[in-house]
Amino acid sequence: MALVLNEEQQMLKESAKGFLAEHAPVAELRAQRDAGSESGYSNALWSQMVSMGWAAILVPEEYGGLAFGHVGMAQIIEESGRTLTASPLLSTAILGVTAINLAGSEAQKTELLGAIAGGELTIALAVDEKIHHDPMQTAMSAVAKGDGYVLNGEKRFVVDGSTADKLIVATRTAGSPGDMKGISLFLVDRTASGVSVQRTEMVDGRNAAIITFTDVEVTADAMLGEQDRGFRALSATLDAGNAHLAAELLGIAQESFDRTLQYMKERKQFGALIGSFQALQHRTAHWWSEVELCKSVVLKIMQSLDEGDVKSPALASIAKAKLCEVVELSTNEAIQIHGGIGMTDEYEIGFFIKRARPAQMLYGDYNYHANRFALISGY
Amino acid sequence: MSDIQVFRQETREWLETNCPQSMRSPVITGEGVCWGGRKWTFESEDQQLWMERMGAKGWTAPDWPTEYGGGGLDKAERKVLKEEMGRIRARSPLDSFGIWMIGPALLKFGSEELKQQHLPPIIRGEIRWCQGYSEPNAGSDLAGLQSKAVDMGDHFIANGQKVWTSYGDKADWMFCLLRTDPEAKKQMGISLMLFDMETPGVTPKPIKLISGSSPFCETFLDDVRVERDQVVGEVNQGWTIAKYLLTHEREMIGGMGLTGAGSKTLGMIAAETIGTTDGRLNDLFMRTDVAKWEIDAAAFAFTVERVTDQAKAGQGVGATSAMLKYYGTELNKRRFETLLKIGGSDDLVWEGEVSNNGWTARTLLRTKGNSIEGGTSEVQLNIIAKNILGLG
Repeated sequence: MALVLNEEQQMLKESAKGFLAEHAPVAELRAQRDAGSESGYSNALWSQMVSMGWAAILVPEEYGGLAFGHVGMAQIIEESGRTLTASPLLSTAILGVTAINLAGSEAQKTELLGAIAGGELTIALAVDEKIHHDPMQTAMSAVAKGDGYVLNGEKRFVVDGSTADKLIVATRTAGSPGDMKGISLFLVDRTASGVSVQRTEMVDGRNAAIITFTDVEVTADAMLGEQDRGFRALSATLDAGNAHLAAELLGIAQESFDRTLQYMKERKQFGALIGSFQALQHRTAHWWSEVELCKSVVLKIMQSLDEGDVKSPALASIAKAKLCEVVELSTNEAIQIHGGIGMTDEYEIGFFIKRARPAQMLYGDYNYHANRFALISGY
Repeated sequence: MSDIQVFRQETREWLETNCPQSMRSPVITGEGVCWGGRKWTFESEDQQLWMERMGAKGWTAPDWPTEYGGGGLDKAERKVLKEEMGRIRARSPLDSFGIWMIGPALLKFGSEELKQQHLPPIIRGEIRWCQGYSEPNAGSDLAGLQSKAVDMGDHFIANGQKVWTSYGDKADWMFCLLRTDPEAKKQMGISLMLFDMETPGVTPKPIKLISGSSPFCETFLDDVRVERDQVVGEVNQGWTIAKYLLTHEREMIGGMGLTGAGSKTLGMIAAETIGTTDGRLNDLFMRTDVAKWEIDAAAFAFTVERVTDQAKAGQGVGATSAMLKYYGTELNKRRFETLLKIGGSDDLVWEGEVSNNGWTARTLLRTKGNSIEGGTSEVQLNIIAKNILGLG
């Protein structure tokens, strides 16, 4: 398949760009933050996104979705990286949909996917238990009791965890932390008895949560997929999540580059535009080259996900790792080249680093994914 | 069956009949490459046969027009030919600066007579070309070149010195940039001329490199007669053609960042040499280096793919060849630094079986030139800043 966007994908990108610039610019993120928004995003904006079909993009047609694919979704996510738009797209429309579609029973898919597509259901993925992402280390317990299970443990860095209707929770039903086998996924209502949610406001002005499960009783049909065999679906869900985080980081890397390039053509020092200085030109040219590489890895993983290619896990890790590296360069160079004004809260360029760092760390940073890629590659 | 399916079947049959068995394996580290030309000694009868058959068919230059002996293939057919050659692991029948560089320039800028004269022998591998661009005082500042050609009416007399002439001692003809108007602004007084390396006054002398090999020459020009009809394009308009050729050269060198399909990955080499425990390389710092390189190399390979596909779709930025050249050569340098570390002290042995005669070390040394030749990395960054980013 040619590594370019087709006409429909290009059109979706353009329409997402126009919509987000008008309805959800960086100023909107500032407003959410300053108002201390409970969800970290605007419910009105989410409703508009749902009505445009964005929540349904990854949902198969037979469950009321558009089945437009990852390449299409990535265009929206990339553009929302440029505008730093907060929304439940990642947690609900990407992670939630992927996990349910991969692991869910026919009944679960029918009930839940349609509800997500229609904007009636939001999801949060509860996977991390420690300060560094490592899903195989899942320790939270789920013990069979009667015809159901009892859940005990704690999850952290649960994006949208304080507002989502349902949680997808990774638990251990067999084996020990570090074992791939023995992990099971459950769907749990956020408001269920024994679920205690502590909202944590993050660097990017968005919300995550620390969620404690104390003797939470669920029925057997709350299980997503087979007992002890949840890791495969979890891993594939995280691949999709990381691919789209890479797309968001690509938007951030490009926007911080574009804004800085523009600034270099306006800002004068020593009687000359700072863009005329070769010391900055070479850094900027190198930076641009790195961003070009990022465009390629992101498009590659999205096409791979749409084709169900077996290389997807490796490509997801390549994409996330490369984007973590380059967005770090981008956000740091952006501030350095802007100089003092880049350090102020009033100027928007500093918002990009503050969103980039949590997005980098979420579901594994550079080190995690470089390590994972090496293991997949046999070293 | 569609036309292209018919073409595929015919191509497959033709290759099956005409590609000798010994030409159906990859070229290893330069051995087995065929450069052709008057001075060429074929490694085997098969090598000669393969070059001649492909040359006669025009498939050494598959996209060139048939009227000059080229293959006349369209994009889809070229892709099929490439795939079918790949299928039987057929070697390139002919590597040639004629095909890669001066040929495309002649097709675009040359007179009908020049095309008729030079293109057919290039395609058949009979004439090997070299490039006379750089001079001792004109490296990155190529337009500052001083070797001159004085107009004598029906011919020019050229004097000066060229340097970094690739395979100058093995080539038959040179395409050469010469100053024809010393008064004009430097880019405006340059002409591109062609002459036979046997012309009296042309003296190529090999330069020994830090790698021990001598792929380059310095070439002295003492009262060399160049016929007027061997000027490509107009007199004093050579710079435009030179820039066009440099773009081709950049793309060629940038491709070095790509490791060939089927060759061992850095990770595989590291794992075999250093060993693994629980699936992890035994040297964890090395493991980080290798993984970082492989991630960058994958990203670069996808970028070459994307830029190529964009060009086919009529999208994209023309000046991206500067980025590919910059990134690809820096990547290739990093690859050999990592390979040498993996190879350890054995790979420092200059001559001997243990190091395949110092192959890694010698290649590492050779790669240092990748980011200098065809425009230094710094020149590429200037091109990106100026032409793509609009920084003045």
